[in-house]
Formats: sequence, structure tokens, C-alpha cells
Amino acid sequence: MTTVILAVISMGLLCFVLAFLLAIADKKLRVEQDPRVEKVFAALPGVNCGGCGFPGCSAFAEHVVAGDAPVTGCAPGGQETAEKIATIMGVEAKSAEKRVAVILCHGGIKEAVRSATYYGVQGCHSAMLIGGGGKLCQYGCLGYGDCVTSCPFDAIHMNDNLLPVVDPEKCTACGNCVQACPRNLIELHPVSHHIFVFCKSHDKGPTVKKACSVGCIACRICVKNCPVENGMTVVDNLAVINYDICPASDVLVEKCPMNTIQIL
Amino acid sequence: MKDLIVIFISASILNNFVLSYFLGICPFIGVSNKIDSALGMGMAVTFVMSLTACISWLINHFILIGLNLPFLEYVAFILVIASLVQLVEMFIRKTAPALYQALGIYLPLITTNCAILGLALLGVLREHSLVENLFFGFGAGVGFTMALVIMAGIREELELADVPIPLRGAGITLITAGLLALSFMGFAGII
Repeated sequence: MTTVILAVISMGLLCFVLAFLLAIADKKLRVEQDPRVEKVFAALPGVNCGGCGFPGCSAFAEHVVAGDAPVTGCAPGGQETAEKIATIMGVEAKSAEKRVAVILCHGGIKEAVRSATYYGVQGCHSAMLIGGGGKLCQYGCLGYGDCVTSCPFDAIHMNDNLLPVVDPEKCTACGNCVQACPRNLIELHPVSHHIFVFCKSHDKGPTVKKACSVGCIACRICVKNCPVENGMTVVDNLAVINYDICPASDVLVEKCPMNTIQIL
Repeated sequence: MKDLIVIFISASILNNFVLSYFLGICPFIGVSNKIDSALGMGMAVTFVMSLTACISWLINHFILIGLNLPFLEYVAFILVIASLVQLVEMFIRKTAPALYQALGIYLPLITTNCAILGLALLGVLREHSLVENLFFGFGAGVGFTMALVIMAGIREELELADVPIPLRGAGITLITAGLLALSFMGFAGII
């Protein structure tokens, strides 16, 4: 019994002595942190998505106070957060237009041709390593959902056609899905962009036709029918929209023979 | 005096804590990307090891043996190591913020580093005196720093080398560590 008491007392005393020493050290070695860092951190959504380019919300808060990061840097926070941070930092917040992720492929199981059946790890990166995932089109969406998994806001879901669909309400343009897609099919567009070419294939027309019923065959009908001169061009067998001048015209959607151009 | 030199050389080169005893592999792999951070980490660990060697001997002699409580050595040593590392962390944060950022999470990880606890326990096992234990701890720290800096030097070169894709990163690092350990095995049996 005495051993137990002795053990408890001696270890307890040791703890107290060490804690006391640490408390003194804390007083002497305290690092002054700008109080604004705490306030900025409190204004952030706290998702730690990394969309700002910094490792986590606390790092972003530190860099905002240090002046390295713009007050509008937090995409998930949106306009609200930018304004709060601007108030804390004592600057004006410029309003940035909301952006959403757009997945530029409509080649689901109904439209795209399969060249093989893939048995393996069910992920886009993995499937791509093994013969392009069994899909004939080497540029198209594989449908295993690496983008779905990467979204920290639950904004992407797979539909029945095995294509991912972005919910524009939930999407905060953090950019995680852009990084996650191994075929680089996802782009961040301002909400003012309504018309898109849902294909990223650079194969020649006949090859695309064999692989997918909604792929761009570079027939140039859209280029000829665009209401504005040079609103659309074809670069490397793929139609490209010049968003500065090309309007979101229904004509382009109707005239496209493959139904690749759609308005969202 | 000769004994002290022998203990120092044994702990630092002949029975290197990282390459012979395989203690402290976590910071060995984690912080050896650049020579600067490796050196900084090594110095922090050397400081902690030297102080731990002293304080753990004192605690062992006066509290544990004095009060006949040798079974408490794990508890007591971990208490001391944790406090010391916290102290070092505060000190580095104040004096060298760049080093603090570079070491990141590996600085508080010195606490759970088996090399430090191993040092304390080995000191008890070999029944060193206070001065012997101090030289043992300092030697271990110097050896740890040496191993880390050598590894960092090799890894900086490997960054520019044409490593096969499957082996890049952790793979080639572990292979290099194994080869380093093999070469240090040449010292076996000298002491």
C-alpha cells in the first residue's frame, strides 16, 4: 500500500514541477499572434478543402493577415465570407462572380461504345491505367466517380447513365474535382456561361462517331451558324466557344448534328 | 575519460541509433528531404536527448531507485520527455520560426519518438553514471543528426536522378535507408 501511495505522490509531484516549469516557459517564450488571425479563421467555413491554395483554413487565415492571400480567396465561403474578412482586415471586398464546375462529357453508357469490360479497382485513375477503362473513346468520362469522392461539399452525384452531375447550388468551385478527374474533363466556369461543348475528344470525326453518339466530329456547322463572326472555332478536331463574343444561342444547339453543344 | 570517449563514439557511429538500432525512423524518413531541415531536426533531437539523458538519470537515481519504484520508469521518462519536447517546441517557435514551419508536425513527434525513450531506458539498463549517461545521450543525438544529414544529402541528389516510376518517393528512400544501414553494419563488433 505504501508503494502505491509513494508512487502516486512522487509522480504527481513530478507532474506539478514540470507543469510549473512549462508555465514559466510559456510566459517567457510566448509568440505574439496577430488577433486578426483568430477572427479571420472564425469567418471561414472550416472545410479545409484547400481550394484557396493553402493547406487548410488556419493557413489561409494566417496568409490573409500577412497579406499574401486575397480576401476573396475562399471560394466555398463565397461573397459572405469575403465581406466578413474584408471588414476584419479593413479593406474593400471586390465581388467575384460565382463559379461552378462543369463536366464536359456526355458519353454515358447509352451514348459511348465500350471496347472491353473492366474488372478492377473501381476508380477512374485505376481504370485509366488498364487499357483506358474499357471505353473506346480515350478522352471521355470513365464514370467510376473519382470526382464524386473528391467533392467535399457533396455537390457531384452519378446519374443512371453513369455520368457525374454537378449541383450548382452546392458547388463552391473549390477545384477539387478539377484535380481529381484523370481525363481533365472538369472546368470551372462563371455562372454567366450557359452554352458548352460537351466533348473533349481530339480524335478525327469518323473515329469519334465510332466511339460515341454525342462526340464532337469537328464538322464546323457550329462555326458557320454562330450569330457572331468567329464566336466558335475548331481547334485540333474540337469545337471551342469564345465566351467573350459568342452568345448562348439555341441555333447552335439545334444545328449541332451530334447534339454535343448544349445549354445548361 | 577513455570510457566516455568510447561511449560517445559507440552511441554516435558504431551503434548508431537510427541505422543500427532502427529507432527514430519516423523523422528519419519524414524530415530528411532537405539538409537544412534535417540539420535543424537533428539539433533539436540532440538537445532533447542530452537533457533527457541527464534528467532521466536524476529521476531514476533519486525517485525511482531512492523510493524503490523501478516499475514507474516508463511513466516518469515519458513525462520528462514530453515536457522537454514542449519546451524545445516553444523555444524554436520563438527563435527560429522558419525552422518551426519546416519541421512542422515532426517536432512534437519527437515526444513519441522511440529513440528518446529508448535512450532513457538503455541508460537505465546499462547502469551508466550521470556523466556516462550524458555522453551517451549526446553521442546518440550526434549520431542521429549524422544519419539524418547523410540521408538528406542522398535524397537531395535522388531528386535529380532518374528513379523508376514505381520506386519514386517512399520506395527509393526505404531502399537507400536499408543500404545505409547495411554499410553501417560494417562497424559491428568493433566495440
